[in-house]
Amino acid sequence: MTPTHSSLADLQKFGMARVVRVLGDDSTALRLCELGFTPGTEVDLVRRAPFGGPLVVHLRGYQLALRPGEARRVEIETTGGLR
Amino acid sequence: MSASSPTESRPATPPKSQPKRSIALVGSPNSGKTTLFNALTGLRAKTGNYPGVTVDRREGSFREGTTEVQLVDLPGTYSLHAISDDEAVTVQVLNGEFPGVAAPDAIVIVADATTLERSLPMIAEVLLLGRPTVLALTMIDELKARGGDIDIFALRRELGVPVVGVVGNRGLGIGDLREQLLDPSKWSAAKDLPEGDTISRFSWADALLKRVTRHPVSESGLTRRLDNLLLHPVFGGLVFLAFVTFFFQAIFSWAGPAMDSFAGVLDQAADWTLATLPDSWATHLLADGIIRGVGAVVVFVPQIALLFALILFFEASGYMARAAFVVDRIMGWVGLEGRCFVALLSSYACAVPGIMATRTIPSPKDRLATILVAPFATCSARLPVYALLISAFVPATPVVGPITLQGLTLMGLYLLGAVSAVLFAAIFKRGMLRGASLPFYLELPPYRFPSISSLAIQVWRRVSLFLSKAGKVILAGSIVLWFLLNFPVSEAPEGSTESQAAQYQIENSLAADLGRGLEPVFEPLGFDWRINIGLIGSFAARELMVSTMAQVYAYEGDSEEVEGFADLLTRQDPETGQPMMSAATGFSLMVFFVYALLCVSTIAVVKRETGGWKWPIFQLGYMFAVAWVGAFITYQIAA
Repeated sequence: MTPTHSSLADLQKFGMARVVRVLGDDSTALRLCELGFTPGTEVDLVRRAPFGGPLVVHLRGYQLALRPGEARRVEIETTGGLR
Repeated sequence: MSASSPTESRPATPPKSQPKRSIALVGSPNSGKTTLFNALTGLRAKTGNYPGVTVDRREGSFREGTTEVQLVDLPGTYSLHAISDDEAVTVQVLNGEFPGVAAPDAIVIVADATTLERSLPMIAEVLLLGRPTVLALTMIDELKARGGDIDIFALRRELGVPVVGVVGNRGLGIGDLREQLLDPSKWSAAKDLPEGDTISRFSWADALLKRVTRHPVSESGLTRRLDNLLLHPVFGGLVFLAFVTFFFQAIFSWAGPAMDSFAGVLDQAADWTLATLPDSWATHLLADGIIRGVGAVVVFVPQIALLFALILFFEASGYMARAAFVVDRIMGWVGLEGRCFVALLSSYACAVPGIMATRTIPSPKDRLATILVAPFATCSARLPVYALLISAFVPATPVVGPITLQGLTLMGLYLLGAVSAVLFAAIFKRGMLRGASLPFYLELPPYRFPSISSLAIQVWRRVSLFLSKAGKVILAGSIVLWFLLNFPVSEAPEGSTESQAAQYQIENSLAADLGRGLEPVFEPLGFDWRINIGLIGSFAARELMVSTMAQVYAYEGDSEEVEGFADLLTRQDPETGQPMMSAATGFSLMVFFVYALLCVSTIAVVKRETGGWKWPIFQLGYMFAVAWVGAFITYQIAA
């Protein structure tokens, strides 16, 4: 059975996660990679804007706001730790 | 004459004098690059455009002894794989691939010491270009304050290139950096750089950072606490509304006293000119055409300077990114993004700086859509016209507390503009400008107190740019308008008062011919030739509409006095027995003014920002159509 992976868009607050990979190979995927979403990178969700707005994630020592569309491109696995 | 055979190639053009050596600053947005550039160059810098694209070209220099160093501040980018126009410029210039622009001789990479974990891979990319490079680490003070400690000497050993720590907004380390910049040939070369793709660069970076970091930097507690407040779903929204209100309030009241004194000085200058110079049409051109005409716009400089200062302050402090975050979902509903909001908000003071502010929007389609609807924001130049018309045709009956019917009407006009802007942005993004935009991502930097000197330099540069670009256009417009109003020269009959003479002159001028010629177009809206002249005047500068109309209606008093002029408009015209201007016409004119692009400066800046005449002409056309239809409907209903 294939393990289900979630994306950054599904990440819950206070949950730590690790990046598995970035989906796709267009310029958006490359830019996400360049922003630090590389395999093994630790990310956590800082906050979400209401009504499906952008989320703020924390990775590599900085904070980045992403729309859900872009966040869905980042496959993660939750590590179960708390921030 | 040399006897060269036709097959011999022509001799090469003699080389120009050795081009000055230039050093480029490269770095990601929010790295403190611009503050550093301003600290290094001070006022010895100018902003222009790169040929063929609307991307800011900032170049400056500094002098140390007999050596002059040329610096270029390249647009910020997150990597050397460009995904937007300004990133493309940075990459092309670095590679010497930008036509007409020489590759820089040396490079300064500017990187925030607190985010090396993200920026090291790009540092590697730039080092791989093989050019003499020095690394300037900014925010060193913040690094220490947040408990971080990086062994800069170790970093230098690992990378191979010189590394200088600076605190841009306090001038620390600037002297050391300047010294380094004097002679790039002395810089050591990079070594042990990663081969391969982005992922391998990050592995390299992580390993390197482990070796040079004595203590990792912790999160900024202040930023976290402030964000919990400012980005709170409910509270953050309220703070945002307060921010918008504060913006409006600041622009409309704080700039007031400065604007009044500007106006006073200009009036005196005009009067002095009329009194001192020999009476001739040239003198009148100078006083009434040029000084008053250009002055009407120069008066807005304090407001525009304040607007730029506020935008730059909030941008540099980090709050602007939060504001864009809060409003992004709403902007997304019409197909735009959060950063468009600032440009639209600024347009409420004046569309010219608002449209200039669209440069922060990475997606060309979003940018164009924002530019096309920005003039619907009720700019402050429309206020004198609204004040006049509302005063004349709307009773001051109180509705709720201190709010009167007049106040409500004004709010209604503002709302009409705002709603229309949103509506048309949605139409454009779904229609002509449809298509995938760039990915939306926005760094939220830690809150920082901006460098006031860097801010002052940037405001100065933008105001100068505004004055030189818009100023030329307004000057030309004012001169043309003056000629239209004052030729052919017509002497009024004996015994006329000064204002009657002025009125006579206007009635027989070219402008009047134009106004009468335009009547078929505007009659369905209830406009007569006199209003048409006012509209022509408004083109040069919206502010001139009222003073032009005052002359046309032979208003005796000071056109600044709204009540008196408004009163005149409602009085009976002795010739026709009707009021000078009917209420229906008044309302129709108000609606027309909400929409029509009656501003030559806006057209000029749109041409500059979109790189051609196509879009400004389209904008002029569609706005005119909307204005005409809106005014037509209003007139038919009201009449």
